[in-house]
Amino acid sequence: MGIAVALLEVSDLAVTFTRRGRRDVKAVDGVSFAVDAGETLGLVGESGSGKSVTSLAIMGLLPPKGVRIGGSVEFTGRSLLRMRQDDLRDVRGREIAMIFQDPLSALNPVVPIGTQVTEVLVRHRKLSGSDARREAARLLDLVGIPDPDRRLKEYAYQLSGGMRQRALIAMAVACQPKLLIADEPTTALDVTIQAQILELLKGLVREQGTALMLITHDLGVVAGLCDRVNVMYSGRIVEQADRRTLFVSPRHPYTTGLLGSIPRLDSMEGSPLRPIPGSPTDTLPWSSACAFAPRCQRKLEVCTTVTPELEPDGPRWLRCHNPVPAEEAAAVGAEGRRE
Amino acid sequence: MSNPAGDGPRGAVPAPDPDRNGRDRADRDGGDWLGDVAERAGPPAGTRPAKGRGADPQTQGPVGTTIAEGAAEGGASGDVLLSARGLEVHFPIRHGIIIERTIGQVRAVDGVDLDLPRGGTYGLVGESGCGKSTLGRALLRLVEPTAGTVTIDGVDILALKGEALRRQRRQMQMVFQDPMSSLDPRQNVESILAEPLKTHNIVRGSAARLARVRELLEIVGLPGSSVSRYPHEFSGGQRQRIGIARAIALEPDLIVADEPVSALDVSIQAQIVNLLEELQQRLGLTYLVIAHDLAVVRHISDVVGVMYLGVIVEQTSSHHLYAEPLHPYTRALMSAVPIPDPDVEDTRQRILLSGDLPSPANPPSGCRFRTRCPWVQETRCADEVPVLREVRPDHVVACHWTEQIAAGQIRPRAEAVVG
Repeated sequence: MGIAVALLEVSDLAVTFTRRGRRDVKAVDGVSFAVDAGETLGLVGESGSGKSVTSLAIMGLLPPKGVRIGGSVEFTGRSLLRMRQDDLRDVRGREIAMIFQDPLSALNPVVPIGTQVTEVLVRHRKLSGSDARREAARLLDLVGIPDPDRRLKEYAYQLSGGMRQRALIAMAVACQPKLLIADEPTTALDVTIQAQILELLKGLVREQGTALMLITHDLGVVAGLCDRVNVMYSGRIVEQADRRTLFVSPRHPYTTGLLGSIPRLDSMEGSPLRPIPGSPTDTLPWSSACAFAPRCQRKLEVCTTVTPELEPDGPRWLRCHNPVPAEEAAAVGAEGRRE
Repeated sequence: MSNPAGDGPRGAVPAPDPDRNGRDRADRDGGDWLGDVAERAGPPAGTRPAKGRGADPQTQGPVGTTIAEGAAEGGASGDVLLSARGLEVHFPIRHGIIIERTIGQVRAVDGVDLDLPRGGTYGLVGESGCGKSTLGRALLRLVEPTAGTVTIDGVDILALKGEALRRQRRQMQMVFQDPMSSLDPRQNVESILAEPLKTHNIVRGSAARLARVRELLEIVGLPGSSVSRYPHEFSGGQRQRIGIARAIALEPDLIVADEPVSALDVSIQAQIVNLLEELQQRLGLTYLVIAHDLAVVRHISDVVGVMYLGVIVEQTSSHHLYAEPLHPYTRALMSAVPIPDPDVEDTRQRILLSGDLPSPANPPSGCRFRTRCPWVQETRCADEVPVLREVRPDHVVACHWTEQIAAGQIRPRAEAVVG
């Protein structure tokens, strides 16, 4: 951290999908956060919480029609939402890069891997053909793809899932971007391959000083990788804290609920799972209530009538009328830990 | 719980007692309708008399011992519902357009012995492509095994044909991973749940069937008003509940659940896991749960088998496996699972495996895991196929060097250990 201006500053971002004859859908509803240079920020939430839409809005990758975007996204002092498409294309890939969940659909199936990697290098780093090829081989080697010269000639279908994700990461880090956005980068991968990829990302962040915005539903991945964590629910951030605060003493009922409902490899045997009742689609509108209220164990009268605001609470920010008391929060954090 | 096998000598799989079995079946089948069918059809084709211990040496392997006893410890009754021996599923690789030739075999399942403790849960873990789903399907004969035997309650189900097989299918049901694609989008819930009742002619009359459908919905925690709704009107978790209701509609003994929660949201997974456990208590179900999530498997299983490239490499009670994983692959798997606790994450060591799963069409010689194993030793690992052997009581491992690795005499390659 240490620098005055954040690398990426998202303020009051709102994304609304509109369709004629249908009710508008607010996918992201007033989200604010900042990413400092070199920092790893986690965005955690379930499907429909708006975490992926947030990242697409930052990258300017949402379709031009049927979407209303509000708020602002400032990257190194420049507004990404107001930038011309040409300028945005210079930022994308060079300064901000993105990795997607499913590497097979993110790669072009009819173009060799090498061409896809060199494309980035020619476009952004203005390398010549042979230099670009050499650099592409170096990048594949950097992300741990053995025999890179052969792999450059191959197509996406010839690579395994882990290799494809490595190839995508190679493209993403080709220009040493300042910010890397990874949207569920390991969800489609096996756990041993996931460990390889997470280790690779950790190393790249450390060595290249890249800031990482990690979008995931897996709290375990967050606990090992992120400096700070945003927990999202139904389009808004409900709790924001550094990872230690969040995991040791979670205070939003949704965060504690999530932690209580996942089985842990190191929990005591026979400890019961306490699921959050209902489903993520049972929400109230944020405009007049807390969206989580229908599923919340700590619901009060006020939760269904007044919008909770995101307010500072010691080392964290919290959006809740009736948060889990601090003592109880510490108990939730400690529960299930190794004896 | 009572454990008829508990005090038997080691090495003896409790053979299903023919009389008890017969009685059980009659009790379970209850209504007259099956009695009629049974009388008409006589004993199902291919049904052998329940095997005595001496009659079939295949039911006795060391693995069987482990499981029966491990499960007894885990609280399930000591006998075995399903037993598979030497099970193989090979898929031919064909080449050529007009004249197709078989140029190789994908050895998806390559010699698996397995015993499911009655009333217990067997968890099968492994990475994608290791053959765990194929194994689950082969046990239900949804794919035809190439070799081996599968017996359920002493009935050799691989020998069953036609009507007898159809009747046997009542006892063995499946819950699929993706409830959206395993439910017909054009059938409403009533039609989905009444179909098995009609097919097997269990409940006669549409009014009685509707009552049964409502009862099933209530059992899985859905409102009775759901009957006229369609799958797309439900959330993922609710759809999985419908899938489960369909699986229990015929009151089966065995349910194979292939990744039953991995397509669901985190907060919903626990609901479904709890539902499966509750149903097991209530209906005395035996589960084979196939999953890649080791934490889920640990939570739900009595016995766990770890699969790698078509074979089981380690098998023991859930307690033993997670307290002391012995096979190098299991160790690596466990160390790779992220734990939602920064302190644990910051201090634990990870064993990183190099590369990917080798092709099951051309598995490595000797130990199949040797190409990725951080503990691999010269020549023996490549020359000799490790067999499953009992390294600790009730704990079988297929690794030549288990003892030396556990004692720290063989250390993993340094670059494989991070953190």
